[in-house]
Order: sequence, then C-alpha cells, then structure tokens
Amino acid sequence: MNDLIIVTSLLYVLSAVGYILFLFLQKQYYHRLGHIFLAVGFFCNSIVIGYHYAKVGQVPVRNLHETLIVTGWAIAGVYFAFHYKFKIKILGGYAALIAALSIVASILASGNFVESQPIFNSVWLIMHVVSIFIGHSSFALACGVGLLYIAQENAIKNKKHGFFYKRLPSLDLLDSTGYACIITGFTLLTIGLITGFVYAKTVWGRFWSWDPKEVWSGIVWLLYAAILHGRLTVGWRGRKAAIMAIIGFAVVLFTFFGVNFLLKGHHGVFTR
Amino acid sequence: MLEIVLLGLNHKTAPVEIRECLAVSKDETAAMLGAIKEPDSINEVVLFSTCNRVEILMVASDKTKAVETAKKQLSAFKNVPLSKFEQSIYVYEGDEAVRHIFRVASSLDSMMIGEPQILGQIKEAYLMATKRKTSGVILNRLLHRTFFVAKRVRTETGIGSSAVSISYAAIELARKIFGLLEDKKVLLIGAGEMAELAVEHLIRNKVKEIFIANRTFKNGVELARRFGGNVISFEEITDFIKQVDIIISSTGSSDIIITKKQVKQIMPGRKNRPLFFIDIAVPRDIDPEINKLNNTYVYDIDDLNGVIDENIEDRNKEAIKGERIIDEAVINFKKWYDSLDVVPTIVELRNKIDSIVSAEVEKTMQSIKLSESDREALSRMKNALINKIVHNPILLLKRDGCHGSNSIYIDVVRKLFKLDD
Repeated sequence: MNDLIIVTSLLYVLSAVGYILFLFLQKQYYHRLGHIFLAVGFFCNSIVIGYHYAKVGQVPVRNLHETLIVTGWAIAGVYFAFHYKFKIKILGGYAALIAALSIVASILASGNFVESQPIFNSVWLIMHVVSIFIGHSSFALACGVGLLYIAQENAIKNKKHGFFYKRLPSLDLLDSTGYACIITGFTLLTIGLITGFVYAKTVWGRFWSWDPKEVWSGIVWLLYAAILHGRLTVGWRGRKAAIMAIIGFAVVLFTFFGVNFLLKGHHGVFTR
Repeated sequence: MLEIVLLGLNHKTAPVEIRECLAVSKDETAAMLGAIKEPDSINEVVLFSTCNRVEILMVASDKTKAVETAKKQLSAFKNVPLSKFEQSIYVYEGDEAVRHIFRVASSLDSMMIGEPQILGQIKEAYLMATKRKTSGVILNRLLHRTFFVAKRVRTETGIGSSAVSISYAAIELARKIFGLLEDKKVLLIGAGEMAELAVEHLIRNKVKEIFIANRTFKNGVELARRFGGNVISFEEITDFIKQVDIIISSTGSSDIIITKKQVKQIMPGRKNRPLFFIDIAVPRDIDPEINKLNNTYVYDIDDLNGVIDENIEDRNKEAIKGERIIDEAVINFKKWYDSLDVVPTIVELRNKIDSIVSAEVEKTMQSIKLSESDREALSRMKNALINKIVHNPILLLKRDGCHGSNSIYIDVVRKLFKLDD
C-alpha cells in the first residue's frame, strides 16, 4: 500500500506540473494533462483510504500520516466538485499543489498509531471527520480563490494588466466562487461540529470539554459566520471578502496543525 | 516553367493620396482581371484592393512582361500616370510572393496587426476571380492554402485576441469585472462618438438596461430612441448610480460631475456591488480618486489607451508565432509547386505503375511453378505493359512542356494516380 501512496503523490506532483505549465503557456493540452493526473491521483488516493478503512475498520485518521492522506484526498475531491460548477481552470494548480504537498508530507511523517478502540467505531465519528475535512478543504479553496481575486483586482485597479489579467477569469466569477466555497465550508463545518458534539456526548458524556481544538474550531466557526453575516448584511464582497477568506484559512491551518503541536488535548494524537 | 509573381502597393510603401487614387472597385476588378489575363503569358490572375492596399497576384511564364502588363493596366484603369506610383510598387516572385500573400491574409502585414477584415476581402476577390475564370490550378491551390494558413494563424496565436480600440478595450474590462454583462445596467452621461460606440458594443453584449443623461434633454431623448434606453435628467444621476453597474461619461463639462464623496455614500446602499466608470471626456468627468474606493473602478481615456498599447505589444509578440506558421506553410507550398514540374511527374508516374504491375506479377509467380524462360517472358510482358500504359499520358505531359501551360494536366495526373503521398 505504501507504493500506491508514492504513486498518488507522483500523480499529484505531475498534475501540479501540468497545471503550472498551463498557467504559463496557456495551452489547453497541459490543462487536460493536469486534470487527468489529478483524477487518477484522486482515484489512487481513494483506494489507499479504502484499504486503510478496511484494514482497521474505522476512518483512517489515527496519526498525522493518515490525516494528511485524507487531506490530499479531500482537497482534490472538493476541487473537482467546484471545478464542475465554476470552471476556474487556473485554480487547478493551487489544488494540485496542496494535494501533492499533503501526500508528500504524509510519506515523510510516520507517527505512532493510536490503538484502535471500540469508541472510534461510531457513525457520528465518521460524519464528524468527513465533514470537517471537506469543510476545511472548501476553506482552502476559498483562500486560493481569494488570492486570485486579489491578483486580478490589483491588475484592474492599478491599470497594469500584465501576467494575471488575461489568465484569470472575471472578478465576479472569482467572488461568487469564493462565496460558494465559504458557504459549503461553513455548512460542513457546522455539521462536523454538531456530529462532534453528539459523539463527545456518547463517548465522554458531555458535549463540550474545552479541548483546545474544540475552542479553536469554535473560533473558526464564529469567524466564518461573521464573514457570511457581513456579506449578507453590509455587503462584504470583493477585496474585503477575499482578504477574509485568506485570514480565515490561516486560522483553519492553525487549528489543524498549530493546536496539535503547541497545545495539548484529546485531538492531539491524531495529528502528530 | 510557370512562376508566381505578385505586385502591389500598401500603406507602408504608398501614402494615402496615392492609395485612394488606385483603389479598385468591384466592377473595375472584374474588368481588370479580364484585361490582365493573356492566353500566352499570364495564365492566372487574382486581384484585390482594400483601403490600405492593392495587390495583383499572377501566374505567368514571363514574369517581367507580366509585371509590365499589370502596371500598365492599373495605370490605364485608374487613369493615373505610372510615374506617379511606380516607386511605391513592390514585386515579389516565387516563394516570396507566396509568403507575402500568406502574411497579408493572416493580417501580419496590416496596419493594425490582427484585424479580421482582410481575410474576408481576399475571399471575395478570389470568388470574383473564379467567376471570371481568371484563376487556375496554381492560384486555386495557393488561395485555398492562404485561407487555411490565415485561419491557423488566427486560432493558434493571439494576434486577434485582445482589444485595440477604446470602446472594445472598455467592454473587455467590463467583462473582466462583471463576467457576463447580461444583467447589468448602463448609464451614459453626455454623448460622443466613442461613448456611443461603447454603448453599441454593450448592447451587442445584451446588457439589461440603458439610461441616458444629457444636459440638453432633447439630445438625450434622441439617443434613448436610438439605443432603446430611458432618458433621465442630469439632476437624477446620483440616484441612478445606485442601481446601474457601468457608467460611461463623455460630456463637455469643465468640472468633475461625479465626486468621490457622492460614490462613497452610495456604495453601502448598493451592498458594495462593483461600479465601473468609463470616463472618455477630456477634461475628465469622473473624479479619478473614486478608483481608490473599494469595488469601484475608474478608467479614463489615458488608461484605456494604456491598455490598448499593452494589447498591441502583445499582438506584435504573437505575430512572431504567426511568422513561424507561415514559414512552414511556404515550404509546404513549394513542395507541391515543384511537383508540378514535368520530369519528376513522369518519373513518378512510371514508378507508380511499375510498382503496381511488378507487385502483382511477383504475387502470381509465387503461386505457380514456372521455368526460367517462362519467367523471362513474363518479365518482358510486364515491361511492355508498363510502357504501353504510360505512353500516352507521357506524350500528353511532354507536349506542352516547353510552353509551361500544362500544369493542369500535371495536377490531374498527380491526382489520378495519387502521386503526392
């Protein structure tokens, strides 16, 4: 199975190369290549996860190694979903790069397994993990779209068109894609938190235990809630929304990695 | 041997005073084609004329004579003495003529590189030549290649992809801001050629609604009728900025009409939906400081010109790719053209028949047992067969060989026996 992980990482790297060549040379051929590599990579990634699942009988997020494999898978999957709807070709490079980094990092990180326990075998836990990962991946894409928005807006505002202007789609499309990413991410994060609470209640008898990860997830949730609220009421759109999406994802990253390395808590073991 | 020769003049070699005197109308083209074509020396002619050029493309056995005839006819038809335009004329022969026509059709030789009209004009001229039957095997092939090459240059390079006029550049920007323009509303303040052109482009992009504000209400009404828009009074502008998305301004006002303060107050009411100001007026109508507000974009005439300069530079870069495609096409055309020579065609024809007959004879000899003398007899029969088959075609090809007008037979033979693989 380790070989298949290496194959997956190679496919993601090739995909990123294809997308990046497309960015510079603007030949459809390279984009298609990137797309195919990403799709095949996603398929291999799914098999890896399926294999782990079948072997241990639970969602394979027992250590940083496994967590990163699921991260790469979620990013690629979420990218395909959003590409289907919005077709921002240039975003492929961003998604493929993150997916490739995740899988390569997962190969380098080999932590200790948490022993499989009966408490891990819960439908709530599966839902919790899956929603959180897909939600976070959506936030990652929102951040990427935000970066593209800022590049494109700078080109238009400063009247120096240069490299990005031609290659990027309209501000409107970038803005609405970012919005859709955040709505998706927020919805799944909410589901992830609720199922997490329910799971905590069934296992530890309480919904909330002030675990640092919980606290930071709460902060992330509030932050994105504020972003959505601002958009609906006072019209936080465009550049402001793009900057928020980037800041939001920075906090997500901290919640995902920072908390585990710097603070302690019952999530810690999974991501070390 | 026939040669392709092209003579002409364009915006680079002749000033507009000469070009306008020599521009050939449609009817004149028809008459001139007939006058230039001569049965013995000038076999084929195609002629086209645009506001920037006159080009006469010929296939002739005597190229110097052909050039003289064409010059004389041009001078006679347009009633302009040859001495007045002779130094503006360029003459290209063979490959250079082929390259020139490829470049012209691909719009690499145009005043504005990448402009799309020229190809249509050449197609029209070619149609005229086929109707008047002045185009033959060689020019038919050459013109078809030309259309193919021009299309390839257009699709494979970006020479025609970016806007090079003020109004187009403005629309392109609007698309980069709003994406689709279909649900967008436009406000036109004032009037003027460029502003109206921009509005027309916007209508073609199916904008939802157009409002027109003019200091003279009557003029506003007239414009509104033309564009199918609504007239508003000058005082209402602030109210309407709240609901429109694109504002095109082109008034003769010496003061700023829309200030930063005004727009700043309006934006929260629009929930920060983007606003795009196109300021074509000099002096400017729109406070340039508005560009610094969030989600508002202001482009004045200089900014738009800057965009155009950038696009022209891009087109020039793309033109280099186009030249490469053309180089390749010239070589390919030369290959076909050279094949029209009699001797290689005869050799190839003989070889082709030989290979067919030999292959069949070999096949038969393998399956039946024959003595050595039988084999020799069969081989002799084979050679006689080949000679008899190719005898008449070769005679026909050789007959006109020295006059050089047999390209049609050569072409037919090559096609009949598929010699061009």
